[in-house]
Amino acid sequence: MAQADHTHGLDHELPILTSTVEKVVQWARQSAIWPAQFGLACCAIEMMAMVASRYDVARFGAEVFRGSPRQSDLMIVAGRLSRKMAPAMRRVYDQMPEPKWVISMGACASVGGVFDNYAIVQGVDQVVPVDVYVPGCPPRPESLIYGIVQLQQKIARTRM
Amino acid sequence: MSDIRTETMTVNMGPQHPSTHGVLRLVLELDGEVIQSVIPTIGYLHTGIEKTAEQKKWQQVIPLVERMDYLGAQSNSLAYALAVEKLLGLEMPQRVQDIRVLIAELQRIASHLIWIGTHGLEIGAVSMLFYAVRERELLLNINELIAGFRFFPSYIRIGGLREDLPRGFHAQVQEFLDRFPAKIDEFEGLLTKNDVYRRRTEGVGIISKEHAYAWGLVGPIARAGGSDYDVRKYFPYSGYESYDFKVPTATEGDVYARYRVRVAEMRESLKIAKQALDRISPSGVWACDDTRVVPPPKDKVYSEMEALIQHFLIYSQGFTVPAGESYVPVEGPRGEHGCYVVSDGTNRPWRVKMRAPSFMAIQALPTVVQGGLIADVVAVIGSTDVVMGDCDR
Amino acid sequence: MDAQAIIDSLSPLVPGASFEAAPSVDFATIYSPAEHIVATCQALRDALRFEVLAEITCADYLPRVPRYEVVYHFLSVSRKLRLRVKVRVTADGTVSTVQGVYPGAGWLEREVWDMFGIVFDGHNDLRRLLMPEDWEGHPQRKDYPVQIQKAAQTYAPLEVSEEQFRASLERDRVNRPH
Repeated sequence: MAQADHTHGLDHELPILTSTVEKVVQWARQSAIWPAQFGLACCAIEMMAMVASRYDVARFGAEVFRGSPRQSDLMIVAGRLSRKMAPAMRRVYDQMPEPKWVISMGACASVGGVFDNYAIVQGVDQVVPVDVYVPGCPPRPESLIYGIVQLQQKIARTRM
Repeated sequence: MSDIRTETMTVNMGPQHPSTHGVLRLVLELDGEVIQSVIPTIGYLHTGIEKTAEQKKWQQVIPLVERMDYLGAQSNSLAYALAVEKLLGLEMPQRVQDIRVLIAELQRIASHLIWIGTHGLEIGAVSMLFYAVRERELLLNINELIAGFRFFPSYIRIGGLREDLPRGFHAQVQEFLDRFPAKIDEFEGLLTKNDVYRRRTEGVGIISKEHAYAWGLVGPIARAGGSDYDVRKYFPYSGYESYDFKVPTATEGDVYARYRVRVAEMRESLKIAKQALDRISPSGVWACDDTRVVPPPKDKVYSEMEALIQHFLIYSQGFTVPAGESYVPVEGPRGEHGCYVVSDGTNRPWRVKMRAPSFMAIQALPTVVQGGLIADVVAVIGSTDVVMGDCDR
Repeated sequence: MDAQAIIDSLSPLVPGASFEAAPSVDFATIYSPAEHIVATCQALRDALRFEVLAEITCADYLPRVPRYEVVYHFLSVSRKLRLRVKVRVTADGTVSTVQGVYPGAGWLEREVWDMFGIVFDGHNDLRRLLMPEDWEGHPQRKDYPVQIQKAAQTYAPLEVSEEQFRASLERDRVNRPH
């Protein structure tokens, strides 16, 4: 936020930091993304491993996984989406307040994965708009953290 | 007062819920906080694995079957491999059987660690999750060492194993086995004498032995009610009859008894794993010597013609399995697992059906929580250790 | 115990039923006629002490007539025995439910109905289990395609009253008398 520009930055005489509204909002939004619990299958266990102490995702701002979608910003679709679950998932997405983002975690959520059959929706982007796709079956927790960091950079680029 | 309403309230514990261990929907009919009836709805994770498996060759079904019960992945692939090997009439060498036993017991410990972590989390002891997943990371490191993949190694194959054990395997497993007993004592120190935990779990969700048998539940649930049925003792497979271990049981049949049974099972698994590790030589045979089923080592493939042809046949059209059917039960972390395999003599399965212990547990759930409180539903689901991937397949 | 010994002990308990022994590589397997399956299960549970019904499943042998085989796996803990009983069912045939003998058969038979379309007479709750309630077709039959092209359904009613919920349970149930 501190730039070599006389309109932004730390003023040396007064203890005031100036910036634009857009930059402050982007910084606030990207630094504290709270995911909603939407673990469906095996990828949910890797998501739990990401939350645990070895690959601690709280360092990146995703401090708590909210139980209620009404209090969260991010929906990590972790696992295979079956046709029976699709309306429920759309309902959870609709209940999240703006601004909201979706990470599609794993091969099954991104494209249907190993299961190309009658029961699995071939990609959750048929149901909700996706911002970041994380491949893997299941993706390592480090991949998912990389996905969250990419999402943070995407939020930093968003114009208001 | 004449205008007190006394009808029951219907509440939906929807498919997305923090405490239902996956996507399970319960429609609860409540009188205040007391449950009058429960209607469970499953199928939100139905993946059609069994129908997809009919399109794949025999060896290609192993990764599919592993993803059914995703916490006890290698017990699924062991059940399938044993069933197909029975149809093929293959006998595994002793070293392969010992490695399979070691992998199965480590998998049981990994599954029980997630169970204790999530069960504690739902009861309210949030720190259990972090302790348990910390230990599980060591087991996933071992998986990564043998097959390069944390979760679904696909290491157990029809005909034996995928390849030989890597260097450093014994040291890493020994380190885990030395470290873990102190950790189980730590978990027990957190929960076993914890007054809050005991009040939430003692006398809750009682399943007696007869009730369990009538509803088809065999496994830690039946053992907590007094049964001593354990597939490893009754119908031993893969060399289990030569190991020295006890089967822990309890008599009360409530949530606390199931907790004690599973913690004791973790200790017994450690004992078996120690015995198995002592028997396994650092390098040696890793598959049976049936050339129709087991691919030859790569250096022979590049230098000998017969090995090249054998490699090509196995990987292009696969091997054929004689017609017939078989079912070999296996003691998974949740109970009796088994794969019913029907072959019509070609290189693809005709029917693959996995027996799912979680399916039977959710079916019995309404009879267990009747008359209890809502909070007991969470405790009971956690103690029966249901995995929706196993239930819906 | 092999299949013939089990047939010899079952035949006096279920009069009129003609059991056949089948070849198997793992444990005893017998064929039972469909109309005697309830009596067979009763005899297995009470007289022969098979306490646990481990599984009910089905296999579709499409070009062959009869088309389906419903397979029951029994387990006796006290006698350390396993048994497989198979029932041949034709394309539109039905089987009586064994729910009264083994309560655990309820959902297993629902799954067979959902996946294969075999109706169980007398079942108290025969509706879809794994597929959505309004699904057409029975997926695990051999003439049902593995891959289908279908848009994902994203709408579900926002509010369902309790009467509507109970009415929908009744509507989807297949009611066949015993």
